[in-house]
Amino acid sequence: MPLAKLIGRWPLLRQADGDPLALGKAVQSERTQKLRPRTAEAEQVVQSICPYCAVGCGQLVFVRDGKVDQIEGDPDSPISRGRLCPKGAASKSLVTSPTRVLKVRYRRPYATDWEDLPLEQAMDMIADRVLEARRATWDASNNRTMGIGSLGGATLDNEENYLIKKLCMGLGIVQVENQARI
Amino acid sequence: MKAGDGQTTYGLQIQPRMGFFTDTSICIGCKACEVACKEWNLVPEDGLEWTGHSYDNTGALDANTWRHVAFVEQQVDDGLRWLMSSDVCKHCTHAGCLDVCPTGAITRTEFGTVVIQDDVCNGCGYCVTACPFGVISKREIGGDGGMHKCTLCYDRLEDGLEPACAKACPTKSIQFGPVDELLARAEGRVEELHEAGVGDARLYLADETDGVGGGGAFFLLLDRPEVYGLPPDPVDPTRHLGEAWGAALAAGAALVAGALVAFLGGRR
Amino acid sequence: MGSNMAENHPVGFQWVMEAKLAGAKIMHVDPRFTRTSAMATTYVPIRAGTDIAFLGGVVNYILEHERWLDEYVKHYTNAPVIIDERFRDTEDLDGFFSGFDPEKRIYDTSSWHYAGMPVQETAGERSKGGTKGEQSGHGAQSGHLSSGEPPEEDETLRHPRCVFQLVKKHFRRYTPEVVAQICGCTEEQFLEVAEALCANSGRERTSAIVYSVGWTQHTVGVQYIRTAAIIQLLLGNIGRPGGGIVALRGHASIQGSTDLATLYNILPGYLPMPHGEKDTDLAAYLENHAGTTGWWGHFDAYVISQLKAFWGEAATKENDFRFDYLPRIDSDHSAYQTAVDMLDGKMKGYFLFGENPAVGSANSRLHRLALAQLDWLVVRDFQEIESASFWKDAPEIETGELKTEKIGTEVFLLPAATHVEKDGCFTNTQRLLQWHSKALEPPEDCRSDLGFVYHLGRKIREKLAGSTDPRDRPVLDLTWAYATSGPYEEPSADQVLREINGVGADGIALGTYADLKNEGSTACGCWLYCGCYADEQNRPARKKPGREQTWVAPEWGWAWPLNRRILYNRASADPDGKPWSERKRFVWWDEAEQKWVGEDVPDFDEQKAPTYVPPEDAEAEHAIAGDHPFILQADGRGWLFAAAGLMDGPLPTHYEPHESPFDNPLYAQRANPTRQLFEHRENRYNEDGAYPYVVTTYRLTEHHTAGGMSRTLPYLAELQPEFFCEVSPELAAERDLEHGGWATIVTARTAIEARVLVTERMTPLEVQGRTVHQVGLPYHWGTKGLTTGDAANDVFSLALDPNVHIQEVKAATCDIRPGRRPRGRALRELVESYPGRLES
Repeated sequence: MPLAKLIGRWPLLRQADGDPLALGKAVQSERTQKLRPRTAEAEQVVQSICPYCAVGCGQLVFVRDGKVDQIEGDPDSPISRGRLCPKGAASKSLVTSPTRVLKVRYRRPYATDWEDLPLEQAMDMIADRVLEARRATWDASNNRTMGIGSLGGATLDNEENYLIKKLCMGLGIVQVENQARI
Repeated sequence: MKAGDGQTTYGLQIQPRMGFFTDTSICIGCKACEVACKEWNLVPEDGLEWTGHSYDNTGALDANTWRHVAFVEQQVDDGLRWLMSSDVCKHCTHAGCLDVCPTGAITRTEFGTVVIQDDVCNGCGYCVTACPFGVISKREIGGDGGMHKCTLCYDRLEDGLEPACAKACPTKSIQFGPVDELLARAEGRVEELHEAGVGDARLYLADETDGVGGGGAFFLLLDRPEVYGLPPDPVDPTRHLGEAWGAALAAGAALVAGALVAFLGGRR
Repeated sequence: MGSNMAENHPVGFQWVMEAKLAGAKIMHVDPRFTRTSAMATTYVPIRAGTDIAFLGGVVNYILEHERWLDEYVKHYTNAPVIIDERFRDTEDLDGFFSGFDPEKRIYDTSSWHYAGMPVQETAGERSKGGTKGEQSGHGAQSGHLSSGEPPEEDETLRHPRCVFQLVKKHFRRYTPEVVAQICGCTEEQFLEVAEALCANSGRERTSAIVYSVGWTQHTVGVQYIRTAAIIQLLLGNIGRPGGGIVALRGHASIQGSTDLATLYNILPGYLPMPHGEKDTDLAAYLENHAGTTGWWGHFDAYVISQLKAFWGEAATKENDFRFDYLPRIDSDHSAYQTAVDMLDGKMKGYFLFGENPAVGSANSRLHRLALAQLDWLVVRDFQEIESASFWKDAPEIETGELKTEKIGTEVFLLPAATHVEKDGCFTNTQRLLQWHSKALEPPEDCRSDLGFVYHLGRKIREKLAGSTDPRDRPVLDLTWAYATSGPYEEPSADQVLREINGVGADGIALGTYADLKNEGSTACGCWLYCGCYADEQNRPARKKPGREQTWVAPEWGWAWPLNRRILYNRASADPDGKPWSERKRFVWWDEAEQKWVGEDVPDFDEQKAPTYVPPEDAEAEHAIAGDHPFILQADGRGWLFAAAGLMDGPLPTHYEPHESPFDNPLYAQRANPTRQLFEHRENRYNEDGAYPYVVTTYRLTEHHTAGGMSRTLPYLAELQPEFFCEVSPELAAERDLEHGGWATIVTARTAIEARVLVTERMTPLEVQGRTVHQVGLPYHWGTKGLTTGDAANDVFSLALDPNVHIQEVKAATCDIRPGRRPRGRALRELVESYPGRLES
């Protein structure tokens, strides 16, 4: 740093520059002077919708360094006008929660703990279980199985609900239900 | 309201004084402000203790709580009333914390807000006792040992964004803007409420002649401040510093005189 | 009423607060003084489970004081229609309508029909075949009317059997005195609400009624909403801006999951699931369920287009478009019945998609015991929820009822992608489809549910490839060729949405359900959503800022049907097609242009004049007259009297909850005679006497339903860190409950413990000459997460509304004792020391 500039950063001199009591500008650190909202560095800002209740508030998702860095209200939304409730405001925590399950957890019958299982293998096993249960409980007169059921969907997307229903209709699973019943 | 102490040091860079007007008459007690503040400012969780004090499990402002919604259940003439009010650092015009900070960690910004600089603060704690509202404390658990409080989202202000709490507030009970505009709006709102028969509606810290010179964050309350846990007549403890120095000098002189008298007397 | 909007829909509540600042009156009628009550102009406490009495009082007030909107009632409702002479009211039969079968506890509803109607299959008939409620979807069952006009009407509304007179007679006993006696409010409080509603309705003003699960979660839940519908129709508040009955739903896409039918009894778009015995082939199904008039007159086109969407090329006219591929229902297969079957070992496998019955369903203990009887369970969630970990930490392990080593359930916990990690759209509570775009890939094993279902289907189809078993044809013939992309071969949600929207013979996305065909040339996953992809544009993804549009904001997202933002908005104009008033103008008939115009997309045939009278042989929409706005009803009118479609009566009437400390002062019949009960040792009902208090459940702003998305987050957990019960100071004194201490809440199901919050917000009420205390229980807690506690739903029973199979957790009885509950075996001993009974 040039000597003149270094001397210029000497607090006493900075105080002399209009801040004799050292209340404002004179005491601002370099870091403070460079302060900007971290969202200014977002690589991507994506418009989203809050996943909690059914009001459907608009959200802006800020992505930085490949991670969700901030989620806040979308002022463009005529529904919410940029506002969020505590749950909506906690959406980033929902996504980045340290207790979030990231790997498949598998519990063998009668086991006392979880074990690891590769996702692909889990999918294969589930497909086998579905087919086996279906075979064992098939009711030909009603073209269905009463041995398999499904519950959930109210927090899912429309496309997901539609596909669940469609697959279940193909497989003859009629006990397809969601929170709307509850 | 006049500029906060130190705000004029920015010369040409000075900005209109920015602040909060919290209209508690439309606060629904949702605590979005508390969460939005924490998410933005990465403030740690502040304990999982159930207080039993109505729906307030936050308790008070401190290093890990920069917005605090108070809940007051009370019986009034026409039945039960449930007051809710979001409290925050007042960003006082005469800020005791700012005056006493020995390290220059606390600064008045060009927006007139009062900010603790994490990279400067050494955690000495002088500011804690200098705040008449008990806003500041040290971040002990999992923290840096420094003092923390609301920054009025200084970083966001630099880009013209509103603070996280005000942005989230569903009913706009928390309003952000130039303090003078907010003051005018607040006065209008009090009049409105008075006309509607809410005689007890009043502004808190909107008067620059009060003990802290008015707040950059001020409030519309529906009852006396102490009902909400706010000091009724807060005073910047450094306000009488000049008089205090005079008194100290006089005392010192008296001490010297007394000693001299004692010395002389002793000689006799 | 039945809603705590400020707490559970805070951001939606901004509009209520804005209305209040503009002078609107906000009335909150609720068992508890909540954050909504705190914001209301007027708060009226009532006893949980008595809303029909209160609302019935309002109906009576409107009729007694001649406050209805006459033109609206005469033209837009079925008030003038004459009902079958065999109809008898609850007022004649001491709490029963005509047609009750005491053996089966169901109604034969044929005597509720419009006079002169051809006799046809009814909801009651269907239930004799074993199916209860809602199986018919919505509206289609309103009958085969010739030219859309009921056979007999009296425009003067004087005929003793016309709907108007029947309604008047039915509600005559709901006087302010009776309301106060049942609900526990004062007459003055009731009158203030009734008068405010009337004074703020009419040509110049409208009033809205907001409800949530505080209304639906009762054994008479549907009838709660029916009563509100009667009020709003009489006052002329439906189809108009600022009016309506606003259902605030609790989950982001619970409306979408209903529309797209992850429900056992319907197919997407409220088409009924075919019944095993009755809907033998497509012709029989269409005959049983199609309407001839109104928009359900195109039922065949909706069904056939859906079969084409499911089975594509395999569905042809010759093979009934593969109607035979659809599985059949023949009974109640709803979630609670399934849980009981599971408990009895009848179920092998179960999928949970973001649902936590071990905490969130009534009698959650029963659900935990049931999960332990499964062969396998797939849980898709963000966190290790109670329904995934019951085998190691269910409370029943502690009591010794379950042993980990003896639980044979194989559990797959598959991590799910969050909303920011996938494309897709929600249908929110206002029927608005809103798209959310993927911001980044999900981490590690996390996947979207779309990807899970797609790949599961793909694997199953691969495993079955070459199968000659007829059972496997439906799944092998499904159209399943979705484009995939990205590292996880994620199927395209956009493509699925386009399939839901539908395409024409030319393969181009359809613009309206009016273009759906019944000969197989169109394919459409859900007729109600047709138009959401019009002009090949993903309309739910439209994000034109609200401030750059009119206040209706038609270019933000897309609302079904056809982007209409207010349903039945033809009613926003008077019978002549003119706005009821300048300040309430919304959609009106433009004489010069000869079409309906206005702020919204008209929910009416655009060029049908208000003076249109249908010819004798008219069908479908052409059979609806120009002054009948309710175009999905066969007669185009709003139904004050529900002549078909309901299991428990054409008119709402006050019944006590299944568990209540009071008799019904109106009839000897105490509770809804058609309510659905489950006779099971794990579902004991409270015997009268030992459970003197009313108990109700609810949510807090700071948490979300069964807690999986809130108890796990520090910033939410710290705001409400412990399970508590709310009691009045009077009840605390009566039962020695110490503020901040512990209480044990007991029913015949189980006992749970909670911290005690003594508050004046809980008000003891005077009911039928004695004081009743209510206990409030937020139901967010379970054994997992950052804050844990007993599950409030443990203490409730399976007692359901007969129409929709929804449980009664908003009103039951309980006992409450000071101190913590016993541990281990002693817990069951305490519960068993309380009297209970089995009942079916």
